[in-house]
Amino acid sequence: MPEPVRTPLHQPLPHESALGHATGEALYVDDFPPPRGLLHGFVVCSPHARARIRRKDATRALKLPGIGAVLFAADVPGANQVGATRHDEPLLAEDEVFAEGQVVALVLGESVELCRKAAALLEIEYEKLPALLDLREAIARGSFHTDPHVMARGDVARALASAPLRLAGEVETGAQDHFYLETQAALALCEEGGALRVVTSSQNPSEVQAKIAEVLGLTRQLVVCEVPRMGGGFGGKETQAATWAALAALGAHRTRRPVKVRLDRDQDMVQTGKRHPFLTRYDAGFDHDGRLLALDAKVYANGGWSLDLSRSILDRALFHLSSGYWVPALRFEGRVAKTNLASNTAFRGFGGPQGMVAGEIILDRAAERLGIDPALLRRRNYLDAPPHDRTPYDQQVRDSRAERIFDELMVSSSYVRRRGEIETFNTRSPFSKRGLGFQPLQFGISFTHAPLNQAGALVLLYQDGSAQVSHGGTEMGQGLHTKMQAIAAHELGVPLARVRVMTTSTEKVPNTSATAASSGADLNGQAVADACRAIRERIRPVAALLLGIEEAESARLVFEDGFVRAPDGRRLELRKVAQEAWSRQIALSATGFYRTPGIGYDQSRGKGNPFHYFAFGGAVVEIELSALTGETRLVRVDILHDAGDSLAPTIDRGQVEGAFVQGYGWLTSEEVLWDAEGHLLTLSPSTYKVPAIGDAPADFRVKLLEHAPQEGVIGGSKAVGEPPLMLAIAAVTALRHAISSFAAPGQEVELSMPCTPEAVLRSIEATKERAAAALSERASANA
Amino acid sequence: MDTLRLTVNDELVETRDLPPSTTLLKFLRERLGLCGAKEGCAEGDCGACTVVVQDRRLDGTPCFRAVNSCLVLLPMMQGRRVYTVEALQQNGSPHVIQEAMAKHQGSQCGYCTPGVVMSLVEATYRDDLREGWQLDDQLAGNICRCTGYRAIREVAQELASSRPADAFAERLHRELEPRRLSYERAGKRYFSPGSLKELFAILAAHPNARIVAGGTDLALEVTKRFREPEALVSVEAVPELRRVERTAAGWDVGAAVTLTELQETLEASVTPLEKMLRVFASRQIRNRATVGGNLCNASPIGDLAPVMLALGAELSLASAGGTRRIPIERFFLGYRKTALEPGEILSTVHLPRVPEGVRASSYKVSKRRELDISTVAMGAFVRLSGDGTASDVRLGYGGMAATPARAHGTEAALAGKPWTEASVRAATEALEHDFQPISDARGSAWYRMAVAKNLLVGFYFETGEGPVALDPRPTSTIHLRARGA
Repeated sequence: MPEPVRTPLHQPLPHESALGHATGEALYVDDFPPPRGLLHGFVVCSPHARARIRRKDATRALKLPGIGAVLFAADVPGANQVGATRHDEPLLAEDEVFAEGQVVALVLGESVELCRKAAALLEIEYEKLPALLDLREAIARGSFHTDPHVMARGDVARALASAPLRLAGEVETGAQDHFYLETQAALALCEEGGALRVVTSSQNPSEVQAKIAEVLGLTRQLVVCEVPRMGGGFGGKETQAATWAALAALGAHRTRRPVKVRLDRDQDMVQTGKRHPFLTRYDAGFDHDGRLLALDAKVYANGGWSLDLSRSILDRALFHLSSGYWVPALRFEGRVAKTNLASNTAFRGFGGPQGMVAGEIILDRAAERLGIDPALLRRRNYLDAPPHDRTPYDQQVRDSRAERIFDELMVSSSYVRRRGEIETFNTRSPFSKRGLGFQPLQFGISFTHAPLNQAGALVLLYQDGSAQVSHGGTEMGQGLHTKMQAIAAHELGVPLARVRVMTTSTEKVPNTSATAASSGADLNGQAVADACRAIRERIRPVAALLLGIEEAESARLVFEDGFVRAPDGRRLELRKVAQEAWSRQIALSATGFYRTPGIGYDQSRGKGNPFHYFAFGGAVVEIELSALTGETRLVRVDILHDAGDSLAPTIDRGQVEGAFVQGYGWLTSEEVLWDAEGHLLTLSPSTYKVPAIGDAPADFRVKLLEHAPQEGVIGGSKAVGEPPLMLAIAAVTALRHAISSFAAPGQEVELSMPCTPEAVLRSIEATKERAAAALSERASANA
Repeated sequence: MDTLRLTVNDELVETRDLPPSTTLLKFLRERLGLCGAKEGCAEGDCGACTVVVQDRRLDGTPCFRAVNSCLVLLPMMQGRRVYTVEALQQNGSPHVIQEAMAKHQGSQCGYCTPGVVMSLVEATYRDDLREGWQLDDQLAGNICRCTGYRAIREVAQELASSRPADAFAERLHRELEPRRLSYERAGKRYFSPGSLKELFAILAAHPNARIVAGGTDLALEVTKRFREPEALVSVEAVPELRRVERTAAGWDVGAAVTLTELQETLEASVTPLEKMLRVFASRQIRNRATVGGNLCNASPIGDLAPVMLALGAELSLASAGGTRRIPIERFFLGYRKTALEPGEILSTVHLPRVPEGVRASSYKVSKRRELDISTVAMGAFVRLSGDGTASDVRLGYGGMAATPARAHGTEAALAGKPWTEASVRAATEALEHDFQPISDARGSAWYRMAVAKNLLVGFYFETGEGPVALDPRPTSTIHLRARGA
């Protein structure tokens, strides 16, 4: 048996910047030493949700010493446009504003304090116009960004009409602020010949580069965008980092001085879009055993004032409405509504969570009505053998791990026993109630806009056997660079420490896709591997020569850990091979490229294969609540997640844990509120509550599915960034279980999201009232 | 005029050219180029800016205190030794905390990490961290959006109170310098007097000067509303205001005693207070915020007031002319308005001992358990006569009115009645007359009223189980020992 190859792949790895984070050496945009002549760019925004701009005058502001310039829309030399998918988003407002926080002016000055003083001296006159804020109202008034997207199968009307149990209703989910710890920031530096270098906290530097070029009327080769790292992104910096970078670039272009634009927390929360609030109206039919027979659903997303990525987000919600369940007859229709809120945008899960939670609530209702354990009811609805293995959009789901995960998790979490114990506990305990919920997961992996599924890399091998790796992905904490480092080390056969992952830059890899859709490692990993293999195969004959091995035999040489190993065990330092390759005039650098094969979706037919594969998972969540206050606490969380053959299990575990807690925040404590005028009320962490340490479960058992390689993906791994967020939906099922202890048999629970203490207490009070009413009805019927 | 002098990472830093409202965070990042501390929110609600300050406990024990540098105005650090994340490495080697964070995968994006590390510095060199809830409490002021906290918890468990005898520990024992200060820059003034007498002299000379203690509330005017106070007078270095004394009746707590010091000195002996302090802001805030500050800002959602109202605390108000003593319910006159006259300060809180046979507790309900502001808070006190009737009922509520307030109607409905579930439930109706709460981002009027009532019911059941045993990881603010079973 051959000796195993020594590789860092699939090994527990620390984050490549872990020590940099902990020592404070890791630099973010705002940490770079201020370049000489730096001006601060301060954004002045609309205070109204909708208004006409009557007058803009900076005369008084410009008299303030230390103010370099005040820029309005008219100062944009190129196209005043930063819309990500449609030209509907001016960088600086022209004669009308469509949301609170829309940028109207950029003040450039020696300090932020000075800029703020100057901003107070700006004379901008608004004429307030009526604003449309509410999703229901937008639907009623036909205010939409998009036409309906429909997917259908079978005769849904007939199936519904004959269904033994019919459930109709609405599911509404709220917005979620990204609350990345690092707010939006960009630093623009002037270079020779009118060129610009922009350091940006963006998940999509190529798009930032393109937007800057368009705004300034430059060709893209004059603009370099770099991303050192982000202090969190979560989708909030996929498209919405572009505005701040373009403003910084505009300021630098106009003044020929370096310009930094950084939002403070309140600005960031007001001015950037959030996870879309959704409203789903449905009509569902079930058989007596809780099998879904038909589902007719209309899904609406509140897109805010511009389209941004809302179309794809809505699509993904539709793709995940019935996630891993078989629906014989269905019609799903989705539209993006247009309102006067900040433009809502990508957020981890990208519409998937909103679609999924609607489907899961429908199943919870059926379980409550039929008195069936909701985990069992879910299991009965799983996709199954052909022809029941097709999603609503007709993609066949191959090598599903859903059943395996269900079986393993039910045992490891002692689900059945604990559910019974909880029932007993709840009968004895008047004020504290517990609940247990199970959530399966099937999440489609790929950008659903197929052309985005491509990636590039640039690898440089030096004569001392060390390497630099550039790829198109960005590091926002998810450990992408760590995985890329491990892949490069594996493919080149060098120790991890010899591979340095470089700052992401548009001058290294062009035309990249956003680091998004959980696809960062899948796409860039293949590209990095491709580049590394190209170099390795170029120097393989040199190694063979140096080791005295026939060229035909050279395929048996193993590149590992800084050496090339011959079949007989002799080893040669890679450094020597590289040196020799250099002297033989062999190129030691290569680009790599990857595109995902075999995917495509026909939106007009609502059918196709939008996904390369699916990620699976499952969670069992136990929660306790107080019936006096509605306060809740996670008691225990068991997760079994499918990351394929994880490239870096330590990193992936962190992704699972972090995503779960973030999803739990969305569903419980994170409540975004606006007043009747469209002003954001929850614009700082004093009122907007993301989970703190005490909200994380004390008993948090996370496992990655073992022996689960995925074919056709780098290293047999699977994407992991977004999917586990949706496992948190188990908490809602668990809460409903706890609240159902106040319900009469067969009585449903109504619980709104986010499940704040207030929402929980309201649900308990309403459940008690309806139970009492049912009881008295029964009593009078018996009398 | 004095020069601002402080020590940052063992180097003396002096300045005369910065306005007194300059925050420590801004000074570290922009003047000293120490960019480890980050601004995540500029309001003490995320902890990314956490640094530690060398300090002494009231009993003289040396310690480090983690503080939010975004809420510290630079003159508050006069004569103090500040340490940032950059101070931890020794000869290029990471500190044991930094190594543990890397080993346990305690960081992802890394932006909150320097703040987490500095909170862990306090945890590592504290000698009183034993229980799991204390570790969460130590870290509740550090928001991490990436990790889900499991890994950070593991680091805390590994290091809490491990007190390594390393080079960093030596810094605990460095000398502290006097902190008196008179500073002025561009017409804005900051005074830190060294005695009450001096304090009153400054107040006389600068009648419009505002009193500041820890500054955790006042600094928000600087960081969020971008105002520069004209003149501030700090009570931090006034020794008369920094004492806790045991008296025959209970305790006299100096107004400039921090909430952490209060916890360290009193907590176990006054359960309702201990209970409230466990959910009071965050460790970083409590390390700066003072008893007097929390009462004098007279916020309707200040968390000490409901407890003090229920316990029947009295306040000494001092001025150059002398001292008067009033019951605390006469202190709150209106929204953020107190009974303090010009030139008068709160000097001492007289906290009575909770007598035997009394049922007393405190409650706080908020959207998030830790590091949140009350939706409703309550302090409750009831003395039971031998026949089981209630006498001496005091119910203090926060979040229900424009000021922290007693529920007088409800108290009257309970007084003289048998202390039973029926009479308690009946009395909750009186809350409808005592209060007309508002709806805001923290909760609706309906929720506030429902919770106000249920807290009273919960108080009945909680204290009916005997002395309140504090749940280390409570689901609810109402600690039912048998969890209601």
